[in-house]
Amino acid sequence: MAERAARLRARYGAGPWHLVLVTAAIVLAGWVALRVADEATAGRMLLWFLGAVIAHDLVLFPVYAAVDRVLRTLVRGRVTLLNHLRVPALGSALLFLVYSPGILRLGETTHLAATGQDQRPYLVRWLLLSAALFLISALGWLLRRRQASSKRSESA
Amino acid sequence: MSPKPPGVDTVERSWRSPLRGPWLTAIYGTALLVALPLVIITGLLDYAAYGPRFDQAFPTNVGWLRLPAFDWPTRPSWLFRVTQGLHVTLGIVLIPVVLGKLWSVLPKLFDWPPARSLAQALERLTLLLLVGGILFQIATGLLNIQYSYVFGFDFYTAHYFGAWIFTGAFVAHVVIKFPRLVTALRSRPLGAEARTSRAATRPEPPDPDGLVAAVPGPATVSRRGAVGLVGGGALLLAVLTIGQSLDGPLRRTALLLPRGRQPGPGPNGFPVNRTVAAAGVRPEQTGPGWRLALRGNGRTVTLDRPALLAMAQHTAALPISCVEGWSTRQTWTGVRLRDLAALAGVAEPASARVSSLEQAGLFRTAILASNQVLDPDSLLALRVNGVDLSPDHGYPARVIVPALPGVHCTKWVAEIDFRGRADG
Repeated sequence: MAERAARLRARYGAGPWHLVLVTAAIVLAGWVALRVADEATAGRMLLWFLGAVIAHDLVLFPVYAAVDRVLRTLVRGRVTLLNHLRVPALGSALLFLVYSPGILRLGETTHLAATGQDQRPYLVRWLLLSAALFLISALGWLLRRRQASSKRSESA
Repeated sequence: MSPKPPGVDTVERSWRSPLRGPWLTAIYGTALLVALPLVIITGLLDYAAYGPRFDQAFPTNVGWLRLPAFDWPTRPSWLFRVTQGLHVTLGIVLIPVVLGKLWSVLPKLFDWPPARSLAQALERLTLLLLVGGILFQIATGLLNIQYSYVFGFDFYTAHYFGAWIFTGAFVAHVVIKFPRLVTALRSRPLGAEARTSRAATRPEPPDPDGLVAAVPGPATVSRRGAVGLVGGGALLLAVLTIGQSLDGPLRRTALLLPRGRQPGPGPNGFPVNRTVAAAGVRPEQTGPGWRLALRGNGRTVTLDRPALLAMAQHTAALPISCVEGWSTRQTWTGVRLRDLAALAGVAEPASARVSSLEQAGLFRTAILASNQVLDPDSLLALRVNGVDLSPDHGYPARVIVPALPGVHCTKWVAEIDFRGRADG
């Protein structure tokens, strides 16, 4: 038995449990795919499934990494300032990502039919929330600077 | 081994964050490991709440991919409010954790060679199912709760089957990586990490998975800072989402969600699901000429609104909770469904089919199970909070049943067909 497991490990690259688990996950996904394949919109579903991975790994991540790189160059080593910009920027971006259907007014008619209300307020609210995040962060940064400078003058 | 394509080394050396490493990945992973099963289970419960026995849970044809059949209970009356609210709220709150987790393992995507063995190749395929699955579920869920159907496919079908693809890959991933997770968590005591400042933050030692950067730069954030950032993002989303499940002034805290808004003043000023205009129900259909038809045992009893108001009235404070995760508790007054069943000559119905005046729409009829008809708080409501129902809330009469999904609490009721045990 142990010898067989060792042979499997050598040829397959992992133990028998690994093979069972990944096979089960793939078979389940395949079974689901076959069930959905009859739907007229199956192609769109697949597109969104793969598109979500591409949108995150090859669009969202490179974009936020690049923005961060630009920010780092701009602040030139002032790490506290960098983080006081990063945190509200991330907060604002996160809110946009999650609530963009309302902010961008995607689905005005379905929203109206469901709730009896339009999607107008969300953009302004998001802008105000973002402004508040940046403002709070800026105040925090100023406070830190004052504390740091008073400490410096004490020790001087 | 085949030679590396150009750029692989450059990519490898461009990962600079000194925070990436097994410990940080394990922290985010642990949060997901604890919380995601709750999202999965509440999601499956919501499917059960729709009544798959009556073919009214969507998608209808799921084979064995569902919980064992059981009758959705009517008690506690806040059951669906909690399961669905938890599903949606937790699903949203976990988004920053998912993004943080993906950030922490992103270098793995560019590994070269892509797979060193068949095992690795298959595992990477399941990772595609895992990452695609979670992102697909998040995207479709977020769009659905904000009534934006830009994806152009049926939400229920996509979200339900997407969940199973994700769950399978999730189970495989958790079991395979669990020993790694335990080792990683043990490698750095949480308390010590919580006391480590940015200046003292050093990269983790090189790991077999290659998460730790080959050429790490200086730390601009401590590890506790990175965990705090993700936690802060989760908290921000929690604060802006939970309001849609709360009543009173706190509802307004859901600033960016449709159900954070108060639709008008007065006793009928609570969230509407599907307006009378959208349902296409005309005023002349709900005026004095409106009649309720009760069917049972081959007979039909017809009642107008004064006749219903002349019957014994019962008042109950019950939540109305929707699949989008929002809910609100209101005080409803009307006739008990079991009294109507008795009037129709079926005192012990096996089920009841409620039809709306609405001509189109997925939810113009709903079937109630026996326990849902017989619960003493199950009503054909005529009034809410002491006044007549507004047209948007289902005037002249609507169904309200404890713990029943909102869309099955039929509005603008035209007919109730009580079915006995025999014609089951």
